[in-house]
Order: sequence, then structure tokens, then C-alpha cells
Amino acid sequence: MVPVDYYIALSAILFVIGSLGVLSRRNPLIIFMSIELMLNAANLAFVAFARMYDSFSGQIFVFFVIAVAAAEVAVGLALIVEIFKTRKNINVDEMNSLKG
Amino acid sequence: MTSDLIVFLVLSLVAISAALGMLFSRNAVYSALFLVLNFVTVAVFYLLLGAPFIAMTQVTVYAGAIMVLFLFVIMLLGAENLPPSDALPWQKPLAVLLSAILAVEAIYLLFMNARTNMAIAAPEASVNTMENLREMAMTLFNQFLLPFEVTSILLLVAMVGAIVLTKQEKGGRS
Repeated sequence: MVPVDYYIALSAILFVIGSLGVLSRRNPLIIFMSIELMLNAANLAFVAFARMYDSFSGQIFVFFVIAVAAAEVAVGLALIVEIFKTRKNINVDEMNSLKG
Repeated sequence: MTSDLIVFLVLSLVAISAALGMLFSRNAVYSALFLVLNFVTVAVFYLLLGAPFIAMTQVTVYAGAIMVLFLFVIMLLGAENLPPSDALPWQKPLAVLLSAILAVEAIYLLFMNARTNMAIAAPEASVNTMENLREMAMTLFNQFLLPFEVTSILLLVAMVGAIVLTKQEKGGRS
């Protein structure tokens, strides 16, 4: 028997690690991976609560979150590739103008 | 200590170490591989929570498709090892401070609302069968039919967006 709080605590720890990655790393690919980690932490909390309340809605929501994450990664990586093609550099500190 | 708890603690140790490894690797390829390990561990958690369909989706979509896309782009761009920049020297300490505040907040809220009587038992063997899949499909296609259809439009938009963004224009700009 594992208390549901343990799952929520693990989810919170993973979320904090992900947010630390978003705030501190300068490589946009690592920032993207940290966002995936945060989504994953939220999914873990959803599934834990779905199990606790014996309902399927939480699992369905995780399904949708995974679909949204896939769409987000496809568009985001396309954007990064395009930025690299025009600037030959993907350091986020260099992306400081809106002109292409 | 029951065997459930031991399995949980070992797996959560692996998950947290993999997340930290992702965060602190200098090479982006290692970060991606650590993240794959984290995703697989979370998939095992889903199995422990009686959600086998979500676990398999996690392995195929996250650990499979998304991370392959990541590795492909990292190697395509040669972004394994970006040179460190010193544009914002105060950024790292501030990031650590803000994350520490977030962690303290989360732990505080968790302890305030802790309900240790709500324990989750490992699912019986009967849960990890087709029964779970059938129940989930019934919920998905009855109660959540509209969001499901909207998701298909979202995926179509993402697909078109990715193609438009990476397409070479005729007579090319670069």
C-alpha cells in the first residue's frame, strides 16, 4: 500500500526539477525537454488521482495531454530548426529581436 | 515496509536521478537519453497505478516518437554542446532561488493537506487486462467524444504548421 501523497510528492519534485531546467538552462532543446518533464509530472498526478477516485476521467485527460505534447514538440522543434537556419545559432540569449 | 512501498521508493529514486541527470548533463544527447529513462520509469508507475493503456502510450509516444524527434533535431543542428553564454550572470542563482521557493510551497501545501489514510494498493492482476482498455474506450468515445475529435484537428494543425515552417521556399532565401 503506497499512500497517494507519495505519488503527489514525486510529481511535485519532478515538476520543480523541470521548472529549474526551464529557468536555468540556455539551450532551447533542453528547455523543451524540461517542459516535457513538467507535463509528465502533471500526468503522474492525474493518474494517481484517477486511481484514488476510481475514475477514468484522469486517464483520459492524460491521453489528451500526451496528444497536445506531441503537437507542441512537432511545432516547437520546427521553429528551432527554422531559427537555426536563419541565424546559425540557437542560444536563447541571442534571440532578442522579432525581425527574421 | 511492504513490497509495494519498496518498489515505489526504488523507482522514484531512479525517476528523480534521471530528471537530475537530464538537468545537469552538459551534452544534450545525454540529457535526452536521461529523459527517456525518466519516461520509462513513469510508465512503470502508470502500470502500478492500474493504467496499462496510458503506460503503453507513454512508452510509444513519449519515449519513442517524441524523444526520437528530439535526438534527431539535436544531431541535425549539432547542438550537443552549446558554448556557455554570460548574457545574464544573475540568472542561475535567481532560477535556483525561485525553484526553491516553488519546492517549499509545494511541500508546505502537501503537508497541510496530507491524508495518509488514502492508500493506493497495487492493482490486482485482473486490472491489467483488456478490461481496462474497454472501460477506457467506452469513456473516451461516449463522455469525451468532442474533445477527442478536437484533438484530431489539433494534430492536423500541428502537422501543417511543422511542414509550413520547415518547407524550403522556391528560389530559396538562404
